[in-house]
Amino acid sequence: MGNAQLVNGQTTQTQEGEVDRPSSLLAVFGKDQPLRLDCGIDLAPFQIAYQTYGTLNAERSNAILVCHALTGDQHVANVHPVTGKQGWWTTLVGPGLALDTERYFIICANVIGGCMGSTGPASTNPDTGKPWGLDFPVVTIPDMVRAQAMLIDRLGIETLFAVVGGSMGGMQVLQWCVAYPKRVFSALPIACSTRHSAQNIAFHELGRQAVMADPDWQQGRYFERGTHPHRGLGVARMAAHITYLSDAALHRKFGRRMQDRDLPTFSFDADFQVESYLRHQGSSFVERFDANSYLYLTRAMDYFDVAADHDGVLASAFRGTGTRFCVVSFTSDWLFPTSESRATVHALNAGGARVSFAEIETDRGHDAFLLDVPEFIDIAHAFLQSAATARGLTPPGT
Amino acid sequence: MTLQQPTLPLNGAAPFNPADHRGDHLLVAEMVAPGSRVLDVGCGDGDLLQLLERRGVDGRGIELSREGVNHCVAKGLAVVQGDADTDLDAYPDDAFDYVILSQTLQATRQPKVVLENLLRIGQRAIVSFPNFGFWKMRLQLLVGGHMPRTDNLPATWYDTPNIHFCTIKDFVQLCDEINVKMERAVALDLYGRPLRLNAPWWFWNLFGEQGVFLLSRRGRER
Repeated sequence: MGNAQLVNGQTTQTQEGEVDRPSSLLAVFGKDQPLRLDCGIDLAPFQIAYQTYGTLNAERSNAILVCHALTGDQHVANVHPVTGKQGWWTTLVGPGLALDTERYFIICANVIGGCMGSTGPASTNPDTGKPWGLDFPVVTIPDMVRAQAMLIDRLGIETLFAVVGGSMGGMQVLQWCVAYPKRVFSALPIACSTRHSAQNIAFHELGRQAVMADPDWQQGRYFERGTHPHRGLGVARMAAHITYLSDAALHRKFGRRMQDRDLPTFSFDADFQVESYLRHQGSSFVERFDANSYLYLTRAMDYFDVAADHDGVLASAFRGTGTRFCVVSFTSDWLFPTSESRATVHALNAGGARVSFAEIETDRGHDAFLLDVPEFIDIAHAFLQSAATARGLTPPGT
Repeated sequence: MTLQQPTLPLNGAAPFNPADHRGDHLLVAEMVAPGSRVLDVGCGDGDLLQLLERRGVDGRGIELSREGVNHCVAKGLAVVQGDADTDLDAYPDDAFDYVILSQTLQATRQPKVVLENLLRIGQRAIVSFPNFGFWKMRLQLLVGGHMPRTDNLPATWYDTPNIHFCTIKDFVQLCDEINVKMERAVALDLYGRPLRLNAPWWFWNLFGEQGVFLLSRRGRER
């Protein structure tokens, strides 16, 4: 079922081209199989775009679900159809790597509300024939996970060997463990939290306001008006990108160095390298991401609060779980600081879970989970390997 | 108080060789009933936890050093990065059958609070620590005039993590103070072998290189 080759060598196309007919595997759910959303709406029909790597074994016991982050997508370890770049987690997913494609069957689905082929605000609303825009119902992290569970059902998989993800992906991992504890053998939530903090909600609100302040946003109807809120979305991305890094990383990478000049221009040009870098981050992002999708997905993260659904007691959410957990945080991550992961670990401990927790020393900030940080990669590898042994999965080549 | 030579029924194909394990680990493992839930505070590289898990014990660990945690996770153990002084508060009462503090008490900032926490979280606690009353320690201080250093405690006074050394006698006194019942006490010699059982406390305090204690809450018999 692996289709890594499917997009390899294909000419890259626009993000809009990926929305209804993605270069990915597609699971379509008809009117008879609605997705019950937390807001009370039944979404039907809807579709999920996903990629798989490796082979599902006969016992269907070696499946790993990878959950992507806010601006990630299902293209974990293949060439991206829009950007032409390598997948976003090639440090972890591949032959012989921590998520060994020769040993495990790896699935990654674009989240509901996304813009790379799963139904979201950019998708065509079947009732109007036009993009959903702001008519799309507000989705939550539990909604995303409910949709993924429907995909996993369709693939005929009862229990996932592991659910793995960082940031918003980590939130989905935790939600899987809360909503479907018996279907998750092991869980690797990375750089995430069981609830979005006030500071993080504030940053998201800043990003959304930047999008909505762009006149080209057109109350979300930019497709029909032939505009695109590139500037607003770009600013949102620039602000967010700062939160993914750290003071130390920015200093190491750019310092106060000038961009292609020796002296300040006494203007508002990008004199500093860090400005130039941020502008590039903003402008390249808008080519591959839908502005409305950004509003919806940031909202989903804001609403996430596991304890709130369990009378305010986080430990109750995990009580009696049989899942093996490995929680990972990074020392310089100030978006999801170690204290948040520690709170998750304390709740898991109080709930009697089998949990490991490692804080990785790095100056690379929140983004560290996407980067080549050997200590983190080794932990992920070791955790999955020991879980595989416990699950009775034979190592490749035996 | 009875003491047999540690004999561990082990499952699995790997032959068990006591020489592979530290004497105090073998003794601690022997104090733990198979099938129980255990928290090892300051579990280091996870050697003791691994030994316990091979006995069918459901083991968890807390370790301060990142390298230690990483080693443990690599071994498939459930270990969290944390500090005995600050993180034990987060564990609920009676969460474990045994809480083990192996060679760590002397490195905590508040040994008394930690000890009380151990017996809140666990029905029983097993504590082992180097005995500062050991004759070699006394001799170094008395004759050499220096802070003692041994093979097991090689750090100098200025870079040692061990900030709260005590003697076996001191520890027994602390247990009395906080109303802890000593179910079992063993002193090990320099080679990790148990000292004579019927020896008086002063003998243990002088010739025991380390003490290993099985403790429970007084007046809360179950």
